[in-house]
Amino acid sequence: MPDDLLERLRSRLADEGREATFAHGLLAVQIPREALLDTVKLLKDGFGFDLFLDVTAVDWPGRDPRFDVVYHLYSTRDHVRVRLKTAVSGTDPVVDTLVPLFGAAAYMERECHDMLGIRFRGNDDLRPILLYEGFEGHPLRKDYPKGREQPLVRYRE
Amino acid sequence: MTMRDNEETLPNPVRAAFDRPSTEDGVIVNIGPSHPATHGTLQIIAELSGEKVVRADVHCGYLHRGFEKECEAHTWHTLIPFVDRLNYCSALINNFAYCDAVETLMGVEITPRTRYLRTLLSEYSRIADHMTCIAASVMELGAMTAFLYLMTIRDWIYEHLADLTGARVTYSYGRIGGLAHDLPEGWLERLGEILDQYEEYVGRIHGLMDRNRIFIDRTRDVGVISTDQAVHWGFTGPILRSTGAARDLRRDTPYLAYSELDFDVPVGINGDNYDRYYVRMREMDESVHMIRQLMQMLPEGPINVDDRRCTFPEKQRVYTEIESLINHFKLVIDGPQVPAGEVYRAHEAANGELGFYLVSDGTGTPHRVHVRAPSFVHMGGLHKLLEGYQLADVVSTFGTINMIGGECDR
Repeated sequence: MPDDLLERLRSRLADEGREATFAHGLLAVQIPREALLDTVKLLKDGFGFDLFLDVTAVDWPGRDPRFDVVYHLYSTRDHVRVRLKTAVSGTDPVVDTLVPLFGAAAYMERECHDMLGIRFRGNDDLRPILLYEGFEGHPLRKDYPKGREQPLVRYRE
Repeated sequence: MTMRDNEETLPNPVRAAFDRPSTEDGVIVNIGPSHPATHGTLQIIAELSGEKVVRADVHCGYLHRGFEKECEAHTWHTLIPFVDRLNYCSALINNFAYCDAVETLMGVEITPRTRYLRTLLSEYSRIADHMTCIAASVMELGAMTAFLYLMTIRDWIYEHLADLTGARVTYSYGRIGGLAHDLPEGWLERLGEILDQYEEYVGRIHGLMDRNRIFIDRTRDVGVISTDQAVHWGFTGPILRSTGAARDLRRDTPYLAYSELDFDVPVGINGDNYDRYYVRMREMDESVHMIRQLMQMLPEGPINVDDRRCTFPEKQRVYTEIESLINHFKLVIDGPQVPAGEVYRAHEAANGELGFYLVSDGTGTPHRVHVRAPSFVHMGGLHKLLEGYQLADVVSTFGTINMIGGECDR
């Protein structure tokens, strides 16, 4: 049953610059960032992917476009997962927000903005969540040195 | 004497979503991050109207320690101890979920004994985790006796696991392609004894709590969430099941040995605090039922796969053969070479879907490790459970969510 669904999904998605492949038990779809909102709407309303699992990004320094923004969705009806991946450049790391579709996206988009500096168009609440106000830089970018310190309270002499 | 200049004011690390009340009689209060009921560090900025919470703004991150960044500087093997410190109430589940993800990427199939042992230990950890959650949440409502009974059993479990792994809480027992070592002599006999004791003690908890007027008044119809809302906010695990949805990864997408086991998926009716308590109690019973089956099923055999890409060679051969010496050296210095690619593997942890998203560039060090931590996602929807209820209910609702700072803040 899920195989059948994934096959239908694959043929439905394999157009308009989208590429769909099976990998390690889920369907991985590479999409252009303009198609993100439409694709997620299609997955949610047409295929029952109702649980927003995760959004994160991967930094590939030296590659153009530099970032991959990665989404994982799950269907609680058919028990299958799908991964959406879209590439954004380092100079303009912006994708559309998914908060209107999934409440769960709000916190995770904040984290992704915190850690990698991906901006989510339409999400006006990108306050720091794991970091603090005034933190400079995005620690999960590869050009952020691991040992860099930004203490809020000065160390004791 | 403090070294900080008295003139200097510290900037507030947190910007609240709202700074003035929405109505004339509203008051904004700050709860946490250092509050006995926030076990760990969580800050809730709430607008009150009288005793009622009107709005809540939840802040986490006080326990952030750069887990994902640190992983990028370690080999696939040496970051296993960090994984323990995500959900430190059930560290073994984290261990096995991480190892499973790496093994999937490497195409390693674990041995039957390890498969059953990991299942058994995951369920055993689930019992310890649920016990911690229930004990803490009922203790905050004043049930000291129930707390002590649960802690007694949990301590036996911790000591029993210390006997196996050498540590009480952070075990580092999983290995890529197997386990650190096999069971010690007599471990399964002691397991049987603890499970028998468990039944007696949990019977007492049922007697103390289930029909207790005070407990019911504090938990029934408090912190209610519907299935649709729970899915919308990304809730998984016992919180989603308490709303009546039988969603359990162990049943829905079976991994390890779960497809061979007989178990029920307990669900609640209302999605309130009482249901979350009861779902956890019932899940522990199911875990015991599973462990008893696994004790019968556990096959003999090796625990580590015979694969030189991830398993260390025997010590005796390291000392006598140059190939094994080089193998050992490369595994320690360079780490296991994981083929380039990406994988997402999710296990049903005690709190919900624990997912590891790993990206490898083909070397011994991960390019990216991302954890889909259930507690973090639950914090994103926590305000839904708090708004509209009393200020005092914050404590009982927060207790039944079982937020674990380690995995929430990473």
